[in-house]
Amino acid sequence: MSDKLHPNEALKENSDFLRGNLAEEFADTSTGAISADNQQLSKFHGMYLQDDRDVRADRRKRKLDKAYSFLIRVRMPGGVINPEQWLKMDYLADNYANGTLKLTTRQAFQLHGVIKFNLVQTVREMHDVALDSIAACGDVNRNIMCNPNPDLSSAHAETLQLADEISAHLLPQTGAYHEIFLEGEKVLSSEPEEEKIYGKTYLPRKFKIAIAIPPSNDVDIYAHCLSFIAIIENEKIIGYNVSVGGGMGMTHGAEDTFPRLADIIGFITPEQAVDVAEKVVLVQRDFGNRQDRKQSRLKYTVERMGPDGFTSKLEEYLGYKLQPAKPFEFTTNGDRFGWSENSNGNLNLNLFIPGGRVIDTTHYPMKTGLREIAKIHEGEFRLTANQNLVLSNISPSKRKEIEPLLEKYGLTTALDSSAMRLNSIACVALPTCGLALAEAERYLPDLITDLEEILENCGLRHDAITIRMTGCPNGCGRPFIAEIGFVGRNPGKYNVYLGGGFFGQRLNKLFKESIPGEEIKPLLTPIIQHYAKERNNGERFGDFVIRTGYVKATTAGNNFHTLT
Amino acid sequence: MSSPLDQNQQALLDSLTASLNPTQAIWISGYTAALGKGAAATTNNKNITILYGTESGNSEMLAEKVSKAAKKQGHKATLTNMADIAPKDLAGIDTLFVVISTWGDGEPPETAETFYNELMQGGIDLKGLNFSVCALGDTSYEKFCQTGIDIDQQLEKLGAKRIADRVDCDVDFDETFATWEKIIWEKLGSATATSDISTTSNDPAIAFDKKNPFPAEVIDNVLLSGACSAKETIHVEFSLEGSGFQYEPGDVLCVIPQNAEDTVSNILSATDITSSAEVELKNIGKVTLGNALKNHLDITSISKKVATNIQTLSSSDELASLIAGEEEISFKDWSYGREIIDLLEFVTLPATLTAQQLVNCFRTLPPRLYSIASSPAAHPDEVHLTVAAVRYQTYDKERKGVASTYLADNATKGTKVNVYLHKNKNFRLPENSDTPIIMVGPGTGIAPFRAFIEQRAEDQANGKNWLFFGDQKYNEDFLYQLELQDHLKTGALTKLDLAFSRDQPEKVYVQHKMLESAPELWAWLEQGAHFYVCGDASRMAKDVNDTLIEIISTQGNKSTEQATEYLNALKKAKRYQRDVY
Repeated sequence: MSDKLHPNEALKENSDFLRGNLAEEFADTSTGAISADNQQLSKFHGMYLQDDRDVRADRRKRKLDKAYSFLIRVRMPGGVINPEQWLKMDYLADNYANGTLKLTTRQAFQLHGVIKFNLVQTVREMHDVALDSIAACGDVNRNIMCNPNPDLSSAHAETLQLADEISAHLLPQTGAYHEIFLEGEKVLSSEPEEEKIYGKTYLPRKFKIAIAIPPSNDVDIYAHCLSFIAIIENEKIIGYNVSVGGGMGMTHGAEDTFPRLADIIGFITPEQAVDVAEKVVLVQRDFGNRQDRKQSRLKYTVERMGPDGFTSKLEEYLGYKLQPAKPFEFTTNGDRFGWSENSNGNLNLNLFIPGGRVIDTTHYPMKTGLREIAKIHEGEFRLTANQNLVLSNISPSKRKEIEPLLEKYGLTTALDSSAMRLNSIACVALPTCGLALAEAERYLPDLITDLEEILENCGLRHDAITIRMTGCPNGCGRPFIAEIGFVGRNPGKYNVYLGGGFFGQRLNKLFKESIPGEEIKPLLTPIIQHYAKERNNGERFGDFVIRTGYVKATTAGNNFHTLT
Repeated sequence: MSSPLDQNQQALLDSLTASLNPTQAIWISGYTAALGKGAAATTNNKNITILYGTESGNSEMLAEKVSKAAKKQGHKATLTNMADIAPKDLAGIDTLFVVISTWGDGEPPETAETFYNELMQGGIDLKGLNFSVCALGDTSYEKFCQTGIDIDQQLEKLGAKRIADRVDCDVDFDETFATWEKIIWEKLGSATATSDISTTSNDPAIAFDKKNPFPAEVIDNVLLSGACSAKETIHVEFSLEGSGFQYEPGDVLCVIPQNAEDTVSNILSATDITSSAEVELKNIGKVTLGNALKNHLDITSISKKVATNIQTLSSSDELASLIAGEEEISFKDWSYGREIIDLLEFVTLPATLTAQQLVNCFRTLPPRLYSIASSPAAHPDEVHLTVAAVRYQTYDKERKGVASTYLADNATKGTKVNVYLHKNKNFRLPENSDTPIIMVGPGTGIAPFRAFIEQRAEDQANGKNWLFFGDQKYNEDFLYQLELQDHLKTGALTKLDLAFSRDQPEKVYVQHKMLESAPELWAWLEQGAHFYVCGDASRMAKDVNDTLIEIISTQGNKSTEQATEYLNALKKAKRYQRDVY
């Protein structure tokens, strides 16, 4: 390993707190792109430069530059927004983006296809409804996830508040975002600018936090740098178990990169949570790898120091000890679809949004339907960790107004999908994601249609099996904890992983490498049939394939690549 | 025939003719013929002013022909652009010939606007002035030749004497123009002196012309629009090898198009006549109906004239009352979005209809003019066009622009397209290469500016170059984006301002970008910049003109009248030039 700092470190250091010359490059109308250096900085402001890879080939012949545009990811702790904010995002999607909204696996919105010259206006209009994209990407703490089902009203409200507090506490302090996008000029201040928590070089890499309320592990706490698991006694949160060192991303062919599940390192009181979040960030800031960005996530820091070593360093930073972790139980990492009731008598409806893509099609005007509901809805919209949507806090009388709209636009029809489809996740991948090696969002629905034929025949239509597809191994769709995972290898080819834990408690294992899409169905058919015939009572598919020897169980990240 | 020349003369002539190529020989024959005519006409020479108002250059070209013919007959001829004269200056002129075109909705050419408006105000006495008007227009427009009609009537009203009736020329003006010329020379008492230069070019450099177009090979034909564009804009490159064409940036290439196969077959099936039927076409001779419809006749644009012809054939009462304006919908409104095929389907054609009767209804297929998109210095022996393929649907029928879709669909690599060159002296780079230029060219209006920028780069000109471009979407319609990026890098392009109308809810156009840069634009003008506009005449050019006046007024602290005067002065100084269509 080289001792030389990764070039991004100097870039951050010399960026004048993430300003670079972004403003200047935004004003250059001759190109829709920005320089490579500024692309690194724009991520901290929630924006990725992408180009339409579907049309790359013949743009030059047409004397056109690449079809550049930006992805804007919105920061919205816990994925909760109000109807006014929904309507604004809906409007921005139509007027500045590609006409769709992507609900991400981190409970955020993504706008795709925003050209450079519309970034400022889009940010300003988001600001009008108190939304922003600060720190939605980049080497900082990103959108904080939180269980979206408010039926345990007091506990849920508390976790959501914690998400807000941590988000605010870990938000970069630089005025760059305001200057570049909102003010249009540098705001003069007598105070020298500083980043009290992050410092000039911020974190070595991205940082992810989630909060879960058992028995639901919908946020996949084992897949994050830092998680808080609410421990509830008598309907009150008495504190949180803390877990550190989870993460999905790896690189094909590099065995020193691997997905890793988080370790539970102790229990804290609610009052300690913000402090613990800050100190975990500080340990990572000071001990994370800044030489090799493929080794710089917190999971490698924990792997290197060992969970105990990491915990004692953390306790040193905290100045107090963590208490022993409390017992808890997860039973699922999926969403709870359909209607549910809160303790205050209000109702919630968890809708299924295939691929997390809010879009109007000829047969299914989903986006219009949700807009019409937003116009009369008085509760919240909650984005789930599985790319779905909860309409929450609907009064019983409002339900009577909303139900005809659900009917009219067919919004609940998708809830009749197979349990496999309802438990599916796909990342964006092609055509916009620069990292994608193969299709995901555009292909998984068709693949599931193929598999549904077998499920029907075997009587498994209503049996939940988690199935996730990503276009690359960086893991935005958390594919390595799915019972069936597909990870893009080459165009049309996927690595097939089996044996993940149904509630996110176990990584899966490579079953077959580089399988063409059309061979997936023949590959999985006998296994699914086998499962239908010989599973034990209540046995999950992920557990079954291990018991029957299709794959070996992955017991820790560092044996993920060990196949036998 | 024995030669009237002496021995020395004969020897000189022999040595000259031996060195001539055919083109030169033709020119010499015209030259000597004119010399002879001049000698014969000395008895009755007049003081003639030939006044023209021109947009595309056709009027100017015809006026030049009249002027040359007049001189050859020994008259004193003064060729005058309406842009350079006031109506009061007409008083005292002996004989006035006017060649004037009409544009858009019955409007005079841009450069003739001031003259026209002042003339129409009247208040001058033109007694003693003898005049005749040759009006140019396009029958497919409602107010065909309106400006010529107005001027003709106004001159008479102001006391002038019409010595020959006005003629109204359609797009294929040659024949009507020749008739007019014949009559005016007769009226002036030089009966034999009709110019024969109208059919044969007297410029040896241009051997190929409208009557004898050059079959230019297509070297390349690429789509410029992005995959998701609502538009279909193409870039076509032709080889000029062997044409002898010498063009300059700002010039125009005329394309002789063909009607599309399906347009022809629709006409054939509507009329139920076989395509192999033989017909006789004026100036062409005997051809098959299919050939006539495809290559020679305008079988799409509706005019009152073609409607009347079809009404006569069909004796349709409905069509008669439509033409006569007796229906609820005016003929103009009815015609909007319709083509000749709709007329044919509107009436019941007699079973006895012959192919000849049918072709007699139609006018000659006019050539289409495209502003050249290349600099000859940057692309020797080539000429490039930027063409927007026009396709749309009206009344449940797919419609297409004749020439643009001919180029898009048929002008594939290796095929040949009949073209000729048309000089446009009213659209030229400044003579001084240090002079800054401002170019406003949205859509295909960018074409001549691509040529300008290339030319200035080749010339290593020091003058600054500022381009305003606009279209619908940045990622789909940024024509020549990669080239413009290169020009910005090398400095050949100083400034580039872009307006894309469909990238945001509110429409943004080039004039909005001009306003945003008003102080700098004004500064450039004050530095002597030339200002060019190319593209859509109906909205864009007007808006840009208004915006320019606004900028001159606000930045230069002038009243609207003063700003308009400032702009008129720019026009006079050829610093404000437009190529709009």
